[in-house]
Amino acid sequence: MATHEPTAAERFIQGILPENPVYRQLLGMCPTLAVTGAMEPAMTMAGATAFVLISANVMISLIRRLLKPHLRILVFTLTIATFVTIADRVLAAYLYQISKQLGPYVPLIIVNCLIISRCEICSSKQGTFVAICDGVGMSIGFALALGSIATVREILGSGTWFGLPLLPVSWPGWGILVLPPGAFLMLGLLLGIAEWIGQRRNEKKQGA
Amino acid sequence: MHAAKEPAMSETPEKQGGHISQAWLVILLAVLYGGALAGVQTTLGPIIEKNKKDETLGKVPQLVKGAAVGETVEIQLAGVDGSLQMVYRVCADDADKTHQGWVLPAGGKGFADRIEVLIGLNADASVITGLYVLDQKETPGLGDYITDQKRFLDQFSGRSADRPLTIAKGDPAGDGNQIRPLTGATISSKSVADIVNSAIANFQEPIRREAATTR
Repeated sequence: MATHEPTAAERFIQGILPENPVYRQLLGMCPTLAVTGAMEPAMTMAGATAFVLISANVMISLIRRLLKPHLRILVFTLTIATFVTIADRVLAAYLYQISKQLGPYVPLIIVNCLIISRCEICSSKQGTFVAICDGVGMSIGFALALGSIATVREILGSGTWFGLPLLPVSWPGWGILVLPPGAFLMLGLLLGIAEWIGQRRNEKKQGA
Repeated sequence: MHAAKEPAMSETPEKQGGHISQAWLVILLAVLYGGALAGVQTTLGPIIEKNKKDETLGKVPQLVKGAAVGETVEIQLAGVDGSLQMVYRVCADDADKTHQGWVLPAGGKGFADRIEVLIGLNADASVITGLYVLDQKETPGLGDYITDQKRFLDQFSGRSADRPLTIAKGDPAGDGNQIRPLTGATISSKSVADIVNSAIANFQEPIRREAATTR
């Protein structure tokens, strides 16, 4: 392994933009495409994912010295599945309407590779505090990404934001953006913009 | 779990100790997590069940006019085809507890996935008094307007339950049992009408028998 492992602060900052799970690492595409039709389900998904990610990071970090290398993925999956089931049940009990709206996508957090990649990259190697910072940073990054896509889709698609009417009633509502193809279009466009900004910044750095 | 006990191909179990010493962490975690989940389910299970039931009961006054949530009785009925179904006998919250009607849960295939509805019927199950969609995954922006009371569901109220509903092509004819489908969602609209038709065909007689005995 590398001699230098990122510190807690570095882990935290990296998750938000430099290594943003959606825009830079292209992880967790399933919820990114499926639940970003409106802000409310997108933010609930971001919250549930944050809970699972941080809990799994803490748990794995605590037992990291006991892990057998060839059984580690099994332990990761077991841990993630447990927290996802808890999140799913809590949503069904206390946020019933949104839980119905999210349908199968809450249980599908289990296969969100964002979480297992953080277990593998960070929490199975570093201490609990670093793992928490990493989880929080990545969760913020994931929420920002889902939020940005959902904002554009909901405002242009339905004329609302968080269900509040934003655009005048005369706005026709671009239905395509609320439909599944809209998710692909929007993700592609925003990825392109993020990439473009990143490249321009790099060029400036090199020029200076 | 059995896969867990097998060592990776590159390592022999002798070198790493026995199967148990390999897998004890996995087994321990499985037991711990299982226990935790059992606890969560025991605590939250009743709340989730209550949510589902409350959603149904909360719609009762909207489905049958004059009915009160507190005066609803669950009755299990066998349909004409033998299937069992919980129906709700709903009454007004007055001195006589006047019997107001019935709420019949029903479901069937929609365009995308199952559609679950609640059908409100009057006391002798001859008139549809209301319709509500509990659960659906129809196309957003088109088929999911089947949940819209004004656009779609309100037109079911007041229809006769003695004749099957049909989907109108063009403007609904005046004979009373044609439903105007949603633009761009004919299949979703037809699915809802079919679900209502088959549920009524299946449970109108059992409900009427039940109504005669409980009066």
